[in-house]
Amino acid sequence: MSFLSRLFGEKKKTAEIAKNRLSLLIAHERAGNSPAADFLPALQRELIEVISKYVAVNPDDIKVQLDKQDNMDVLEVNIVLPEQPR
Amino acid sequence: MKVIVITSGKGGVGKTTTSAAFASGLALRGYKTAVIDFDVGLRNLDLIMGCERRVVYDLVNVVNGEARLNQALIKDKHCENLFILPASQTRDKDALTEEGVEKVLEELQHMGFDYVVCDSPAGIERGAVMALTFADEAVVTSNPEVSSVRDSDRILGILQSKSKRARDGGEPVKEHLLITRYSPKRVDEGEMLSYKDVQELLRVPLIGVIPESESVLHASNQGTPAIHLKGTDVAEAYADVVARFLGEERPLRFVNYEKPGLIKRLFGGK
Repeated sequence: MSFLSRLFGEKKKTAEIAKNRLSLLIAHERAGNSPAADFLPALQRELIEVISKYVAVNPDDIKVQLDKQDNMDVLEVNIVLPEQPR
Repeated sequence: MKVIVITSGKGGVGKTTTSAAFASGLALRGYKTAVIDFDVGLRNLDLIMGCERRVVYDLVNVVNGEARLNQALIKDKHCENLFILPASQTRDKDALTEEGVEKVLEELQHMGFDYVVCDSPAGIERGAVMALTFADEAVVTSNPEVSSVRDSDRILGILQSKSKRARDGGEPVKEHLLITRYSPKRVDEGEMLSYKDVQELLRVPLIGVIPESESVLHASNQGTPAIHLKGTDVAEAYADVVARFLGEERPLRFVNYEKPGLIKRLFGGK
């Protein structure tokens, strides 16, 4: 890095850009390749079955997602219940 | 007997250099060691070990029963208890079978070997999978550079799914991260991923950092594994890797950049 570029403000360090790109990419590729993700569609199907027994839900209102956060796998299940008639 | 695979996914990151240095280091510590080239069709370990003119039989000959194992093993010229098993140059990589490789490893065990180092080819095809199938431990070699880190992560996934240990559901292959071609100066200037960055991304325990160095080319020019180049950073860094592998504590060296002082800057010097 030359004296002049230091004086007039530095550009973002490329190593930092590399790290950010890789951390996104690796998290994404690990989620896609992990055998753990294989059960997601089945889980989603069975959840719909169970919940439908008690509440009338639309299959599209149940979302199952597996995410990686730092050192943890986070299984996120999102169920939108229909509005109750009052 | 322990089987160690030196792998990376990407080519040109230093697998063969590392296999040669690491196997030599184990032998220097007194362990009876074999180093096997799994790069069928593109063998190069023989050149790096300086035994290319003594190759008669190779791994595929042994697997096919065309030669006995002790006919194919080449005794290293630097270390008493180190042997090289070269890859075939003429066959294609599908010549290797899992049963064949297993038989070779069993025979090495009967011959009293302590360690077998498997030099994996690049890629994730048959040759690379064969090299890691029977591994007890893996040294994943990575350069501090985006494509190498990504490929290392991919090969880690393959270790965790296709190795025999993974398939049998036993104790997983013990993974080590080795960062090669490291330039502390470029890291200091923000141009290169630091070893901490790479380790954080791959989440594998670090076994060492090998600095970028002219010595590696000198070593391969002469067919002398880099660990024998006395007094060089690379030789010392590889000796540290072997020590850590054997369970000794060694501080990381050659990872910090010292800015040259004023005198040095004025009067030159490297």
